[in-house]
Amino acid sequence: MVNTVSIGQLTEEANYDRFMERIEAGEKIETEDWMPDEYRMTLIKLISMHGISEIMGALPEKEWVPKAPSLRRKLGIMAKVQDEMGHGQLLLRVAEDLMKPLGKTRENIIRDLLSGDLKFHNVFHMEAKTWGDAGLIGWLVDGAAIITQTNMLDASYGPYARALKRICAEEVFHAQHGEAIIMALAEGTDEQKAMIQDSINRWWEALLMFFGPGDASTTGTSKQDTTIKYKIRTKTNEELRQDFFTKYIPRVLSLGLTLPDETMHFDQDAGMWQYLQPDWSKFKQIIKNNGPKSKERLRLREISYTNNKWVIDALQN
Amino acid sequence: MTHTLVDALKDECYHNSAIELLFQLADDDFILSYRGSEWLGLAPHIEEDVAFSSISQDTMGHAAMFYQLLQDLGAGDADELAHVRSAGERKNAVLLEKVNGLGTYLAEPHYDWAFAVVRNYFYAQAKKIKIESLKNSSYQPLAEAAVKVSMELYYHLLHWKTWFTQLMDAGGEARTRMESAIKIVLDDLDGLFSLGNSGPELTKHSLIDSEDTLRAAWVNRMSPVFESVNFNIPEKFGMKNGNGRNGEHTVDLKSALDILGEVYNLDPAASW
Repeated sequence: MVNTVSIGQLTEEANYDRFMERIEAGEKIETEDWMPDEYRMTLIKLISMHGISEIMGALPEKEWVPKAPSLRRKLGIMAKVQDEMGHGQLLLRVAEDLMKPLGKTRENIIRDLLSGDLKFHNVFHMEAKTWGDAGLIGWLVDGAAIITQTNMLDASYGPYARALKRICAEEVFHAQHGEAIIMALAEGTDEQKAMIQDSINRWWEALLMFFGPGDASTTGTSKQDTTIKYKIRTKTNEELRQDFFTKYIPRVLSLGLTLPDETMHFDQDAGMWQYLQPDWSKFKQIIKNNGPKSKERLRLREISYTNNKWVIDALQN
Repeated sequence: MTHTLVDALKDECYHNSAIELLFQLADDDFILSYRGSEWLGLAPHIEEDVAFSSISQDTMGHAAMFYQLLQDLGAGDADELAHVRSAGERKNAVLLEKVNGLGTYLAEPHYDWAFAVVRNYFYAQAKKIKIESLKNSSYQPLAEAAVKVSMELYYHLLHWKTWFTQLMDAGGEARTRMESAIKIVLDDLDGLFSLGNSGPELTKHSLIDSEDTLRAAWVNRMSPVFESVNFNIPEKFGMKNGNGRNGEHTVDLKSALDILGEVYNLDPAASW
């Protein structure tokens, strides 16, 4: 028995080398191009989670759409939530193209969401209790999203990078919309100021978690090494969290608000913000759909899915 | 005779009529936009969620425009008019305040897409006819607003008409559900054309065409559509749950207004 390398395997290796050369050279990979399975699977997971998070993320804000306290605010938040749904749609289209060779469709994405196989972002499992929360989501959650998405604007996968360009442009408006709500509250009555302080206190931990664990030692797994290897992203979770602090901590403090972490400070020597770690075991529970609002929000999507089944059936006839 | 804002402010009788009509227009769009926003995230598919929320946004924009015209006429602050007036003071058609289905938008929303399609389509067509009439309104600021609304309305109408004919033609369960929804909507459809007790005054001042003219135009525009989907349109429409133009409303409006004004009413004097 002669030990030979099959032609197929050789081709596979050659393909892989060629693929890595292309992304190292900053070329964009397109839908029909050859890509390693690991790359495809990583992208499907990342982009379908991103897309479905935009859609699930519309739900906490939707609670405040009718309640927005003026005609102008009503119009603003309606436009914002519509954009989020639009981002969801755009991203699911990108994910669908990647899933096609696997024989999967959007139907699979929705089913995986309902079964718990597809996770959505930790922040959207949280309760949006007050109008202050609606403002804070726009300001800080979208602000955090801008930071993580900007990190992927040059992603090696062309369709994702292009979708992100459009999404980021709109997210900037969202952050401004959120900031305008927050500014009005911060400059308002004592009750309004208390409302926004309360929102920051309740949301702080979720915002820290937004960027994900620093490394696999906290939660057991982390995809960040793979995504960096394939040039889907450049910075680590911790670097992104630090960028968020640098951008937003001065802004929060300048509004006369405080952070619910007395240890938070910038360590000049280390060149880093020092802060209290969130409870990562809680994070693991949240993304397993055991967060404060996970079940209720999934239930909304489930109702939409089952109640409208007759409509989908009618369209397919 | 054309009236500018200044003219309207000088003629009390005309002024009152213009305010009356603007409340009907503003309240109609305000409440239907709310019903639309309750559907957010619950539409049959994501593309529809995006389209429907765009329509609800336009509709809220139209309400804001009409409330602003009221503010200009000295009827009060636009936000206050939208958020504080009680159900008895509202002039919207009852059809538009009806809930989307069982449950609330926050919990167990078992909404009826057939009802959403029929209500929105029939309303978009009625609104289109009114807006065409308002382009010739004697009140100049309203005639100008009508031109802007008209352009957006074209797309709303096209959108709902597409849904309507598609689901009517689908047969089976879809057809049955659509026919039940049509029945419910027709029961209160006449409220859309009503101009309320002050109707004759509004027409006398050439602010808008008469109820009969508006209704006839609607039937005229809709007949070919009904014919194309093999549905016989009844001779008469109802106002089963009251005439909203005269302040008659259902409990559905009260609970909607509580939600719409919840934050505003925490402190109406505050800046939000």
